[in-house]
Amino acid sequence: MSRTTTVLRRRVPPETAAPPGPDRADRPRYSRRVRDGVTGYVFLAPWLVGLVAITIGPILASLYLAFTDYSLLKPPEWVGLANFAEMLSDDRLHKSLWVTFQYVFISVPLQLVMALGLAIVLNQGIRGLSFYRSVFYLPSLLAGSVSIAILWRQIFGQDGLVNDVLAKVGIEGQSWIAHPDFALGTLVLLNGWTFGAPMVIFLAGLRQIPSSYYEAAAVDGASRWRVFVHVTLPLLTPIIFFNLVLQVIGAFQSFTQAFVISGGSGGPADSTLLFTLYLYEEGFGSFHMGYASAMAWLLLVIIATLTALNFLFAKRWVFYGDE
Amino acid sequence: MTSETLRVRRADRPAQPDDRIRRFTRHLLIIGFGLVMLYPLLWMVSSSFKPTELIFREPGLFPSEASFRNYTEGWGALAHPFEHYLLNSALIAVLAIVGNLLSCSLAAYAFARVEFPLKKLWFALMLGTIMLPVHVLIVPQYVLFSKLDWINTILPLVVPKFLAHDAFFVFLMVQFIRGLPRELDEAARLDGCGHFRIFGRIVLPLCLPALATSAVFTFIWTWNDFFSQLIFLTDPDKYTVPVALRSFMDAQGQTSWGPLFAMSIVALVPIFGFFLAGQRYLTRGIATTGLK
Repeated sequence: MSRTTTVLRRRVPPETAAPPGPDRADRPRYSRRVRDGVTGYVFLAPWLVGLVAITIGPILASLYLAFTDYSLLKPPEWVGLANFAEMLSDDRLHKSLWVTFQYVFISVPLQLVMALGLAIVLNQGIRGLSFYRSVFYLPSLLAGSVSIAILWRQIFGQDGLVNDVLAKVGIEGQSWIAHPDFALGTLVLLNGWTFGAPMVIFLAGLRQIPSSYYEAAAVDGASRWRVFVHVTLPLLTPIIFFNLVLQVIGAFQSFTQAFVISGGSGGPADSTLLFTLYLYEEGFGSFHMGYASAMAWLLLVIIATLTALNFLFAKRWVFYGDE
Repeated sequence: MTSETLRVRRADRPAQPDDRIRRFTRHLLIIGFGLVMLYPLLWMVSSSFKPTELIFREPGLFPSEASFRNYTEGWGALAHPFEHYLLNSALIAVLAIVGNLLSCSLAAYAFARVEFPLKKLWFALMLGTIMLPVHVLIVPQYVLFSKLDWINTILPLVVPKFLAHDAFFVFLMVQFIRGLPRELDEAARLDGCGHFRIFGRIVLPLCLPALATSAVFTFIWTWNDFFSQLIFLTDPDKYTVPVALRSFMDAQGQTSWGPLFAMSIVALVPIFGFFLAGQRYLTRGIATTGLK
């Protein structure tokens, strides 16, 4: 015991050695690097266990299951690329992809434009900023809940609030959520309604723009619009980019609203069959676990590709002030 | 801090005569837009007090006839009284908060303050898991939890929280701890403190704002979570509030919006409470993780 202590003590480089405290004179003194290494892993242990058991393990299992036929009752049966071949001819899958792309590419820009617009208005030294910020942020927090989906279902239903209001101006409405042409639109509006979170990020970003930029612009007599286009917008592009990446990833995973509003079916006529809804139906409705895993990988590839494209194009339009 | 800089910026601009009118119209526009945003919510609150026939007649906010009947009716409309589902949800939410705060703060301290081999690799993996769609994991997780006989228990919803599965909070806390002055733990180290004592006595107490942010977000996300609760809790006895509400809607269809709205409001009240109590932390949490 004492021999190892001396050996270890000799290895300690003088500059990194912990100063000898009076209470630890009798304890073996390992080098700080070794001790930190062990301590680091002790702190990290719960996360590491989780990473292996409920993240990496399932990822590998999911990859394997994607090449199998598996119904949970019998052991998975290897089918090679059959699941992916089936995807090519699966009309509902094509429809759900189309629905999801429409949903993401309409609702995310809508959401970001509203978030940015309102953040800029709110940032103009307005009184009661924190109150307004909370008001606009509230829907973002609530929107994922079943309660809001229930509300939306009523609002856009035959006897709903929207038609009540339309009736006041003499327009006879219809059940928007039951019409294949409009049902997805109601979901897009619901997602657009949740612009509060990106707005808060925009607000924080706007505050980081040094006021000297604005002072210089004021000295030059620049108009508000020119200040916006030439100062605010370029300096905000990293944050626009961040919000874009985050919201695209989030929107691809929307589930609750479409599930509740369409009664779990993605109807009418599959017009709200988001990809995640179809995945749920295949995996946990019909217990086609293999096919659902293959679908999950398709989703991952789509999200990863779009995120990578986002980063690729970012070089063209995202401006970092410190470059 | 920021309102001061803004005021300075304002003062530097030459005063314009129409500033006051502009400010007034701006407030008016924002309030108008805010009302449109909140109108559906307010309308749901008011409708929950209206007799069901009136919900379809009155787009206005002030009911001509109000009662608590929807609440009493809705409370008993399912197999169990509604408090059963509230308690199920509350238990999961409380355990999720404890789990997230414990496990995420430990991991965050390691990433922010301890030097250990492969740290960069683990950190990159941790960031990667934030972006990972839950759908890639859900099928094998379901298989795993069903092999462990955990389906229809709260374990699949709670145990992952004790394993820092919500990496977003690890990241949030790493960002926060990095902002704390290192001199504090250097001083403690000189006094003979090890990492565990520095973590417990110095860093964790200073992390209170980050912990509060994480607690509030954990509560709201867990309370709202529908997807995993729908998958892991199939026995009506185990239903949480969102799953119960969904089954309520399926059972009642279009016929009883009043009680359905009333219970939807009940489901939103705890979130609203946490929102009011923690809005400072919420917006700050969103802003800091968004920026750095």
